[in-house]
This record gives sequence, C-alpha cells and structure tokens, in this order.
Amino acid sequence: MKYLDEYRDPKTAQLLLDEIRRITTRHWTLMEVCGGQTHSLLRHGIAVELEGTVELIHGPGCPVCVTDQAAIDFACQLAQREEIVLASFGDMLRVPGSHGSLLDAQATGAHIQIVYSPSDAVELARKQPETQFVFFAVGFETTAPATALAIKQAARYRLENFSMIVSHVRVQPAMESLVQAPENRVQAFLAAGHVCTVMGYESYESFVNRYQLPVVVTGFEPLDLLDGILACVKQLEANEAMLENRYARTVQAAGNRSAQDLVQEIYQVCDRAWRGFGTIPKGGLELRPEWQQFDALLRFNKPAIPVFKRDECQSFEVMTGQIKPPECPHFGTRCTPESPLGAPMVSSEGACAAYYRYGVTTTP
Amino acid sequence: MSSNNNPASWQLNCPVSIPANAEYVTLAHGEGGRLSRKLIQEHILASLNNEYLIALNDAAQLPKIEGPLALTTDSFVVSPLFFPGGDIGSLAIFGTVNDLAVSGAKPLWLTLSLILEEGFPLAILDRILESIARAARETCIKIVAGDTKVVPRGVADGLFINTAGVGELITPIPPGPATLQVDDELIISGPIGRHGIAVLATREELGLEPLPLSDCGSLLQSVELLRSGIGNQVRCLRDATRGGVAAVLHEWAEASELTLSIEERNVPVSPEVRGVCELLGLDPLHMANEGTMVIAVKPGAGTAAVEILKSIPETATAQQIGIVKSRGIVPVTIRRTLDSEQPLDDPLGSPLPRIC
Ligand code: SF4
Repeated sequence: MKYLDEYRDPKTAQLLLDEIRRITTRHWTLMEVCGGQTHSLLRHGIAVELEGTVELIHGPGCPVCVTDQAAIDFACQLAQREEIVLASFGDMLRVPGSHGSLLDAQATGAHIQIVYSPSDAVELARKQPETQFVFFAVGFETTAPATALAIKQAARYRLENFSMIVSHVRVQPAMESLVQAPENRVQAFLAAGHVCTVMGYESYESFVNRYQLPVVVTGFEPLDLLDGILACVKQLEANEAMLENRYARTVQAAGNRSAQDLVQEIYQVCDRAWRGFGTIPKGGLELRPEWQQFDALLRFNKPAIPVFKRDECQSFEVMTGQIKPPECPHFGTRCTPESPLGAPMVSSEGACAAYYRYGVTTTP
Repeated sequence: MSSNNNPASWQLNCPVSIPANAEYVTLAHGEGGRLSRKLIQEHILASLNNEYLIALNDAAQLPKIEGPLALTTDSFVVSPLFFPGGDIGSLAIFGTVNDLAVSGAKPLWLTLSLILEEGFPLAILDRILESIARAARETCIKIVAGDTKVVPRGVADGLFINTAGVGELITPIPPGPATLQVDDELIISGPIGRHGIAVLATREELGLEPLPLSDCGSLLQSVELLRSGIGNQVRCLRDATRGGVAAVLHEWAEASELTLSIEERNVPVSPEVRGVCELLGLDPLHMANEGTMVIAVKPGAGTAAVEILKSIPETATAQQIGIVKSRGIVPVTIRRTLDSEQPLDDPLGSPLPRIC
C-alpha cells in the first residue's frame, strides 16, 4: 500500500519535526479537532515528540465519545424490546450509558447487531420484515451523507420496520463553543480533514475572521499532521490568522456538493447535547419533518431524549485544555479505560485514556 | 428473532451447497440409541477411523510413552464455520496441535467432542469431518476418543468443537516467558492478522477483493526445524491466537517483568489485511492468527532463527520484530513512523471497528 507509506516516511517525519522545533520561539497551544487525528498523533508518538515545543489539546472530535449518555440509554432500552434489533457501528458498543454500555445490554439479552454501513442496516430490515431495525446514527458531517442515503433507501423500499436514533453532531459549533469559553487556551486549530472532504472549508473563513485564530485543514497520516502543525506554527510565529488547506489531495474548498445536498434534504440543524459539554447550539442534525416517520424517538413514543446532566466527569476542562487528565480527581481511580466515566476515557484515543497509559510513563 | 431458526439462514458462507433432500441432525442423534450409532458409524468413524477409535471403548487405551506429557484443551466456536483458508474442523486440529508444538511437545493423541445444533445438515458435518481427518493426517495426530451431543435448535450456533490434545515433551523444552532476559530477540513467523480479518470479512460479508485468507495451519514443522537448528537458544514460543501478537507480548512482559519492544515496520502485514485494518480502524497487532507464532530467542540467535523459518513456505516471511529490554514503565512498546517508543495497547476484549 504505497499510498500510506508515502505519508509515513520516517526521514521526512524527522525533517518536519526538526523544522517545527527550529521555528518555534514560544509555547503554542494547538487543538486537533478530530478523534482520528488524536489517534494518529498518539499512535505515532507525535504528541510526545512535541512536548515542550507545541502543546496539543485533544479536541472533542470523536462522535462516539461525545454522544450523550441519554441517547445511549435510549438505544439500550430499545434493544431490550423483543421486536427490536439495534444496529450500530462497532465502536459505539463499549461507550457507557448511565446503566452500562450496549455491550452490557447485549450480555443481558438485548438484540444488537454490528453493521459496517447504514445501508447494511437497511438491508437487514428488508430481509427480515417482521423485525424492527433501529440504526444508531452517530457521526460528524462525514457519516451524515451515508445515513441520509439509508433513509432514502428505506423510503424507496417503503420499509416500515426501519428507523434511526439520529445522534449526528456538527464540528464547527463545538469549536465555537470552545473558543467562546472564558477558559479557552486554543491558539490554532487543525481542522478535521474528513469532515472538510464533505463540507469543504469555505465556512471556516468567517470563523477565522471572527476569532482571529489560524485554522489549517489537516489529514490523518503522520506526515499530514506534522505538516499541518508546522503550518499552524508558521502562522502563529508570524502573528497571522489564516485559513489554509494542507490536505489538498482530498479536500476542495466547496467540499462534496452532492453529499451536502443529500444531508440538506434529510436533516436540519438542531441544538444537541454533547457528552462532556452540555447542549451546544446548532451542534447537531435531526430529521426534517418530512422524514420523521423514520425517527425512532417518535416511532417508539419518546418525545425527546432528555439531556443527561453534566456529571462529575471533568471532560470539558480536559477538552478546553484547562486541566490535564491526571488532574481530574477520578482519573485512574473511578475512571479507567475498562470502566470509563467520561468521553475522553471512553475510546482508546481519547485524551484521558491516552494519559492513563502514558501518564504512567511521564510521572517519575 | 428469526435468524437462527432456519438452517438455510446459517452463515455457512463458503461454497457449501446443501442438497435439497439434505438430512439434518435431530435430537434423536444425541440420545444414545440407534440413530446415535448410525451418526458415529456412518459419519464420524467413516472419516476419522483409526486403531484406537475403532474399539469404541469408553476410554481409549493408549501405549506407554517415555517422556513426560503435555496436555492441552480448547474449544472452537468460530462463526462462520467456513472461512477463506479454513473451517472450524481444520482450525480445531491445527489449534490444538499448535498449542502442543509451541509448548515443546510432539503431538500424539487428541479427543474430539462435537456439540451439534438440532437441524445441522449432515452433509456439512461430513465436510467438516473430512477437513478434521485431513488436518490430523497432515500433523500425524491420532483422534483417539470422542463424544457427540445434540442440543435443541437455538442453543448453539450450528456446531461447537472441543478438543483435548496430548503430546510427549521433547528436550529441549522451551523454558517459557518467565526466563526471558534483556537483549533476547523477538521474531514473528509470518504476516499477522490474517485469520481475524478473514473471519470478520466473511462473517460480515464485507465483499472484499481479493479475499483475505486465514493463516489457519500447522506450526509443527517450523517448530521442529527451530528445535533441531537452535533448540537451546529458544526461550519461548506462542501461537498468537485471540488478542493477536499484542496479547502474546503483554503476557510475556507480565511473566518476565521486562519490557518487550517491537518495530512496526518490521512486522509483516499483507496488503489486504492492512487495507481492511486501515479502513475499519483496527490494529493488525490485535487481530487473531491461527498459524503464526511469536518466538523469543537468546541474544544473537535471531538471524539464525529467521533463516531457519524462511527455509519452508509456511514461514517464508518470518522477521525479527523486536527485542527485550529492562523494565521501563510500559510493558510493551512499539516504534512507528517516528522513532519514539509508544506503548502498545493490550487488547481490551475483541476489536470493534471504528467509524471515526
Ligand atoms: S479521567 Fe474520566 S472522569 Fe476525569 S475527565 Fe477524564 S474521562 Fe472524565
């Protein structure tokens, strides 16, 4: 797979690292927005290599981790019902709700089926008309087109046994809420390449102007990330705030119009509760009224998912860079990767989970 | 929930065709009467017969052997039953034989218990028994005792197999992971993650091209070659089954209280496996193998071990992947693109595909 190797070349990586170190004159704090980027930064050791030069704050960008506990609780409840099968992406299964995760629910008899695409869930519904299939639609703007397509397929087949718990979240409103917080420490953003592939990056123009922070669209391979970090640091050192696309091999300014149209057709913007954040204005997508026959909330008589109250988890403080995970009182005691309390401990690439494993290396 | 009620809906994904007038396992096949005998005579003995089994005694009577014995047991519940590169039958034999081989034993005898679900097609059972017989012949292990149970529909997933394997320990016996020392060298016998990805791709009908093939196979020959070539230099061997290479390294690190450190770029991964893993956010180091092992040898013996392994096709892409170090704070580390050492996660349950 040459495509990947090109973006993992150790020599080039070292050159980029040296260059970042060379031009950095003071401590800068960057945030990578997307969980995929966090994963890659940790997996390839970039965050550690940059310690003392550039501080990376691991953003809220894992749609699985920020899914509100109340939505998971609802999914668990539905899956317990005799006539319902809950179809979900695999990584949603370990995320705890208030009474355990979907995996726990499955162990006590709930019907859960892992799928690899929303269309798989539609196919299941088509093949087994006597069973209600509920797809747990989680993800950023990147996955929204695929779930929108699933709704259209279900409509075309006139399926009466397919619906969705729509938990899509939108990245930019979360970035806004972060920079507006008085505690904000983020000085520049690595914008999520995948999301921009779909949404384009034009909309960041006004964001950059409003907040005077550099935003650099960045990919996921180690060289992509180092390149994006270097671009951020260059701007910061030059006291500039611009929008830059360093992922041009995939991302175009306007994004993928047909995917956007599809999302527009099926969904509308709504306020959404983010785990660890509370409600973010315009932070989510919900079905438009004309597609609401596919809304599992309505079909199974749940008028609205109540917002789960902010718990003892200090993930907001972690995600705004105010505290490092080990400073959270629950870190490593009540909260571990095996039994996580909050979003950043939930997935192995979350900041708390990563620190849990390293933290041990950095404390003497 | 209807998916299990209908034999036709079982995921016997392989090119398995079930004849229209197929006969199925019924509860009566498990009740010890005439049908039970028919099942044993016409299906099981027809495929697996040998001088021990033919006696049909309650216990196999086995000859005396010289050395101490190794005993292992395992259960096989793979779904689907057929996957590219193997099936539950060959898996059961190779799995047991490999457990004996990596423990330093010459595999001798094996017991085989079949737990069949009511409604299981006998034609499929025959195919699996043939596969068992073939694998047993290939590894010179004799099936000396067995048992068959039938459970009501819905209680099992088609067929479960349990085995116990007996082998004779032969010197030098690898002393085991507790004896690992600093500077010992770590080797992998072939490309990793193939079984896990083959089963996943088949079970979930991912429709991949080319289809990833499982590495389901015997490690006996490569272990024998290592033994005769550098037997005294081998510290420990382990087939990297569930939990993959990462789980083996973690177990060894725990047993030895040392740090095991590997280089990602030296770990052989086939392009198909790597592609699927990238796509689904899985780590090949966490994916199961069924004919690939991790080996630790004394300092300086790595090159010789790799040379030996490379001399046979099954382990032709063996590689040295790392080294044992004094205990840092992290038990297992990996170097990826950048040269810094990163902790390598101990897999937490089965790997679940990511979306982000
Ligand atoms: S350690 Fe756990 S409780 Fe504390 S902030 Fe992190 S996820 Fe939340």
